[in-house]
Amino acid sequence: MTKTSFVIANLFRKRTRTILTLLSVIMAFVLFGLLQSVNSLFNAGADFVGATRLMTQARVSFTQPLPTGMVPKLEAVPGVERVAYSMWFGGVWQENTPLFVFAIDPLRYRDVYPEYVMPDEQWQTFAHTRTAMIAGKVLADQYGWKVGQKIPISSNIYPQKNGSKAWAFDLVGIFDGKDDAWRKQTNIAFIQSEYFDEANSFNLKGRTNFFILKLADSKQAQAVSKTIDAMFENSPDETKTQTEKDFNLGFVKQIGDIALIVHWILFAVFFTLLLVVGNTMAQSVRERVPELAVLKTLGFTDGSVLFFVLAEAFSLCLFGGLLGLVLATALGAMVEKGTGGQFVVRLDAGVWSIGILAIVLMSLAVGLLPGLRARRLRIVDALAGR
Amino acid sequence: MFRQAFAISGIGIRSIPERWAPSLVIVIGLAGVVGVFTALLAMAVGFESTLKATGRSDAVIIMRGGSDEELNSAFDRDSTDVIKQEPGIATGADGKPLASAEMMVIAELLRRDDTKNGANITVRGVEPAAFALRPHLKIIAGRNFTPGLRELIVGSGVLRQFQGADIGQVVRMRGSNWTVVGEFESGDSHDSELWTDINVARSTFGRTGSSSVLAALEGPGGLAKLKAAIAAEPRLTVDVLREQDYFSGQTKQFREQIGFLAGLVTVIMALGAVFAALNSMYAAVAARGKEIATLRAIGFSGTPVLISVMIEALLLALAGGVLGALIAYVLFNNLSVSTLGQNFTQVVFNFKVTPQLVARGLVIAIVIGMIGGFLPALRAARAPVTTSLREQ
Repeated sequence: MTKTSFVIANLFRKRTRTILTLLSVIMAFVLFGLLQSVNSLFNAGADFVGATRLMTQARVSFTQPLPTGMVPKLEAVPGVERVAYSMWFGGVWQENTPLFVFAIDPLRYRDVYPEYVMPDEQWQTFAHTRTAMIAGKVLADQYGWKVGQKIPISSNIYPQKNGSKAWAFDLVGIFDGKDDAWRKQTNIAFIQSEYFDEANSFNLKGRTNFFILKLADSKQAQAVSKTIDAMFENSPDETKTQTEKDFNLGFVKQIGDIALIVHWILFAVFFTLLLVVGNTMAQSVRERVPELAVLKTLGFTDGSVLFFVLAEAFSLCLFGGLLGLVLATALGAMVEKGTGGQFVVRLDAGVWSIGILAIVLMSLAVGLLPGLRARRLRIVDALAGR
Repeated sequence: MFRQAFAISGIGIRSIPERWAPSLVIVIGLAGVVGVFTALLAMAVGFESTLKATGRSDAVIIMRGGSDEELNSAFDRDSTDVIKQEPGIATGADGKPLASAEMMVIAELLRRDDTKNGANITVRGVEPAAFALRPHLKIIAGRNFTPGLRELIVGSGVLRQFQGADIGQVVRMRGSNWTVVGEFESGDSHDSELWTDINVARSTFGRTGSSSVLAALEGPGGLAKLKAAIAAEPRLTVDVLREQDYFSGQTKQFREQIGFLAGLVTVIMALGAVFAALNSMYAAVAARGKEIATLRAIGFSGTPVLISVMIEALLLALAGGVLGALIAYVLFNNLSVSTLGQNFTQVVFNFKVTPQLVARGLVIAIVIGMIGGFLPALRAARAPVTTSLREQ
């Protein structure tokens, strides 16, 4: 009998217990996987952006639009290469599904966000067709939009000149992200700010929620922010300028305490299950004390007895853990689909690697104490049942 | 038979300290399930009760058609005045319509524990009638703002969670200074707002109209009358909603999300706990195998054995459930938190661990205990006496 088959045989010595423990481990890791992906959602949104872009908004709140007439002043600030702007459109798809639609100046935006890739002729069509819209690949795929279609989108804020809030745009291009992180950021769509200015009935001309400033050098970020905010101080259009990363973080932080509380609650869950598994492991070793003594009598070293116990713990955790993570991945995909993309729970490579680390740590946590106990066993005492 | 069952249960329960570890697993496992379930739903209940408390059933909020939320809505000055003169609106003590044109804008304040990223806070510009329309709103410190001056009063929730808006402090908005002169409390979602005079807000934010009109109805027939009048008015495209319905509607998304999360987590955890309970009870039964066999040999029948094992599992599960609910209560009840509401601004609310939630948690614990106890109990009752007695 090899060592491997000995470990396996031991695992199935009490089949019910092994299966039940395995199921507990699986549940723990299903939860762990889901938690970790939700968690990475809260911490992400920031890592993929460089520090070469700044966001300028109205200091009071970004819901208060600023005049686009500020663009030349912003571009005159040393260190600023190019300025784009974007305005929240309040897009609504069909009945009630909010969409991220922004009104932008196409070519400025393209210069500031080279991470979004789209064929040049589509950019040109977008820039020169008044009713044009471009959509990110994720969004276009979700609703099955094709280039050339007329896409009906309502706004829950801006009516058209005729009083109707039902707008329609010609989809002239679909853009993608340059890498994996940016591909995830393509659940948005853009329309022409020039057309939006003309067509909305608010006479809201030349106003925008955000300016996005591309810097020549990220080291200048702080200096440029200060210069800009000082420039508009004490005017009705006071500004707040921060790096894109801080801006994104601030956005996520608005969800506030909830994220933190959910996080802690779910961690509590994981540790509860850890305890449960740990106890089972300990119990199984306790019951086998005489057997382990026999093994030692037969000449197995202390080390190899420790190895047997650890191997058992490890195979239980590894098998259960991997299965749990697989289930979590499937469940996450189901959740994402079932909620129409409202919850994005994706177990990506990052989550998986943390999961595998957790498996290793958990095996040690639950296996080490009983293992050391087995290693320390004195044959005479163990056989005598002391 | 029941006497037998109780006798065996007694022996079983008294021997729990002998095998405390597996018993503890059940208790802790269930404490986890019930604690998490209660805490998550206490959050949903707290959020819901804060918004549901906002708004009367005899008042309406009027917004531009299709806006859904106040933030998206806007009227010009003329429409605002037209709306206030429509029939169906109650008359105030001063003989004018009991209606308040309100303007909602957003300002950023820092959370108490933050130094960098501002959170969105509602700033509500109101007319004097706003206070008559919300009689439960009381100024609890300082004084009310003076119309025409750049003064603010701050909701007690804002004061608890955010910095920079204490009484006496100055808030910067659009290049001007606003002094906080008082604190108010309403026990509902207005506690998460800053209030000021609508006319001062209009001039500062460069607007002329309003976001919404809040109006009291003149009686049971008021709503129908007002709706009919507004529908017949070609100058207006607006939605008329009972104030209470508007605020209840705002809880839907949050309630669904938290409900979904709580459901998912509870199911997964409950499964984990069932497996753990099964494991522990099997171990308990195995440890007592000889004892149970002896009882069977001296004449006890199988059913009391089964019942006694079930009782033990249930008691342990219940103990875990109570522990979990207690932990949730101590850690979370009345915990004040804030999150982003439908209007894209912060809503401050308290967790509410209600008796109903605790009861539901305990029911879950009992169900898990039953499932976790049944199969091991069956095994114990059916184990052949002779084999069990021979086991060492």
